[in-house]
Amino acid sequence: MDVLNALVLFANFVLIPATAYGAQLALGALGVTLIYAVLRFSNFAHGDTMAIGTMFVVLATWGLQSLGVSLGPLPTALLALPVGILGTVVLVLLTDAWVYRFYRSKRSEPVIFVIASVGIMFVYNALTRFVIGTDDQRFEDGARFVLRVGDFRAWSGLSEGLAIRTSQLLTLVVMVLTVAFVFWFLQKTRTGKAMRAYSDNEDLALLSGISPERVVRITWILAAALAVIAGTLYGLDKSFRPFTYFQLLLPIFAAAIVGGIGQPLGAVAGGFVVAYSEVMVTYAYKGILTYLLPESWRPEGLVQMLGTDYKFAVSFIILVVVLLIRPTGIFRGRVI
Amino acid sequence: MTGRVAALYAGMALLLVGAGLVQGWVVALTILQLCLVSALMALGANMQWGYAGLFNAGIMGFAALGGVAVVLVSMRPVPGALGAGGWNLGLAALALVLTLAAALFIRERVTGYWRAPVTLVVIAVGYFAMRVFLDPASAAIEAINPAAAGYLGGLGLPVLVSWAVGGLFAAGAAYIVGKVALGLRSDYLAIATLGIAEIILAVLKNENWLTRGVKNVTGLPRPIPDERSLQAAPWVQDLAARFGADVQTAAAIVARLGYSLLFAAVLVLVFWLAERALRSPWGRMMRAIRDNRDAAEAMGKNVTRRHLQIFVLGSAVIGIAGAMMVTLDGQFTPASYNPLRYTFLIWVMVIVGGSGNNWGAVLGGFLIWYVWVMAEPFGGWLMKSATAGMTPGSFWQQHLMAAAPHIRLLVMGLILLLVLRFAPQGLIPERTARR
Repeated sequence: MDVLNALVLFANFVLIPATAYGAQLALGALGVTLIYAVLRFSNFAHGDTMAIGTMFVVLATWGLQSLGVSLGPLPTALLALPVGILGTVVLVLLTDAWVYRFYRSKRSEPVIFVIASVGIMFVYNALTRFVIGTDDQRFEDGARFVLRVGDFRAWSGLSEGLAIRTSQLLTLVVMVLTVAFVFWFLQKTRTGKAMRAYSDNEDLALLSGISPERVVRITWILAAALAVIAGTLYGLDKSFRPFTYFQLLLPIFAAAIVGGIGQPLGAVAGGFVVAYSEVMVTYAYKGILTYLLPESWRPEGLVQMLGTDYKFAVSFIILVVVLLIRPTGIFRGRVI
Repeated sequence: MTGRVAALYAGMALLLVGAGLVQGWVVALTILQLCLVSALMALGANMQWGYAGLFNAGIMGFAALGGVAVVLVSMRPVPGALGAGGWNLGLAALALVLTLAAALFIRERVTGYWRAPVTLVVIAVGYFAMRVFLDPASAAIEAINPAAAGYLGGLGLPVLVSWAVGGLFAAGAAYIVGKVALGLRSDYLAIATLGIAEIILAVLKNENWLTRGVKNVTGLPRPIPDERSLQAAPWVQDLAARFGADVQTAAAIVARLGYSLLFAAVLVLVFWLAERALRSPWGRMMRAIRDNRDAAEAMGKNVTRRHLQIFVLGSAVIGIAGAMMVTLDGQFTPASYNPLRYTFLIWVMVIVGGSGNNWGAVLGGFLIWYVWVMAEPFGGWLMKSATAGMTPGSFWQQHLMAAAPHIRLLVMGLILLLVLRFAPQGLIPERTARR
């Protein structure tokens, strides 16, 4: 019984939240890695792209809510998602046309693109703050839980409860569908193959008649859609606050590098590696050990490896370990 | 110095004088103080970017490390704190050093498959050993007079010493980051520095025994007498009477002038050294590495070592500037550090001023800080005139007025993008032609 209680406790506070968080990071990292694979720079504006895209979704959700539209148990934000994606795609394509295209035609160094993306970061950040402010915004509605603590306790007879929030289940489902679509797109469609060819060898791809501008455009569309989906899911799961999205940049970069930068599969794996380590290292194991250990061995402290304030340190440590041991990442990404 | 440089600097001086005439000299001197500090930071960032092409996205962290040096060096020691936690703290430090030594030893001796796992295990064991000593030490230290102290305090040394120590702290952190990330892809350094800055800030916010965390350390010693004692000084009163100003204003101006002179002295010294270095064979080698890494490597230059060197030097300059900024504020507030203001704004300064040119970096520091300060009232004014026709208190009027402070971010982003696109060399381009 105690072992079961410990397992439920672990699932409730580590496994489920970390899986949802990992799915969000995976989607973010997939966007970063796609941009890296095709445009060959680390997009510092990705966090703020997520923020501004989520902002579109939040506004559209509020609009739908005021019209009385609802999806029943599911959050209305799901209906607003296409609006947000459309808005962000337009914005990102305009950004590419006005900013990045110039440096592409000049074949500038990657670091120039990075600096340009810092400028874009400022602009997106200002636009987000301009429209929606800096405060927390909640836009979650519908049924809050799929599985409630009380119901679980009554069903299982355990003293520990297990809760699954709608947003967590939704995150996982949407993430699986999105990732499946992206992989299908990259592997099976002509455009996806063109993208991979361009990423592998730009000159050969040009010779075989692939239009670079089209590949770049599709990449931005995919990355923007992924950013909006990741941002919306994160906002539904926690809450929407622009600055938090900027801070997500570090775990997202860490996920992309851990998986092997430029490798879509690696980005997904990296997202989960970072999320599980972050949550597991900052979780206080006192409750679990109380169940598992005999009375006299029970810990007095929280048995927490690192305070939750240090969760960004975890991404960084993973990053450093990977850089030291295997700079190419798990799936052998590109290293110049 | 060419005519263009002189004209641009004269223009900058005019801007400051204009602020003095319109908004008063106290305001102008307040801007000037931070212009000088910003210029020093931009100089440090320019060493890394302009001399060597290294993208440091963690300027905030190095500046904050400089700031913490002011606390640790110049504050009075908290009586009893060292006695309460000193032994355990020392043992924790010993555990840390031993762990690092053991990890390095293993990396040296063990090869092959077991190297990484063994290193990780040793580091994990060492970490827990450190925590065994650190936890009671921090609890004991934080229990001493928590309302006013609750931290270790400093050494009580003169505040100017702490500026140098701030540079050393930042240099030490830069050495560690550089060892890990330099020599790999250029973006990795950017991401690694972004991370180290967040970690440094997390430590400063949460390790209360060291920095009081978010409770802030106030009342840092000043290198210049504070305004109240200046107001009482006869020579200030005499000065005020001579210029027909009131004593408060005179004291404020004297204090600000004092800081400005002090900061200017540091800036001039660092600038002179940086210029000397840039024109020496060492500076030419750095630029050669930046412009053609492979060729420089083929000539036998150790690129990674030189990059580490310049990265450490630039970070030290940033650390000194960070210490100066905290000294100016008279308090250390870890929660006030934010990457847009402390990292990416410095980048705008370097790019706008002219990367690779120290005159440009300093000018960029002055100009962008000035614009940053002025953009706020400008945003307010813009929004006020935009909403003039609206009913006061209506939703849109209130919303737009609340958004006014964010205009400065938009302005900074646009300046960066426009300069990068249309004048990528900056206001004062790097001099490459033979003299």
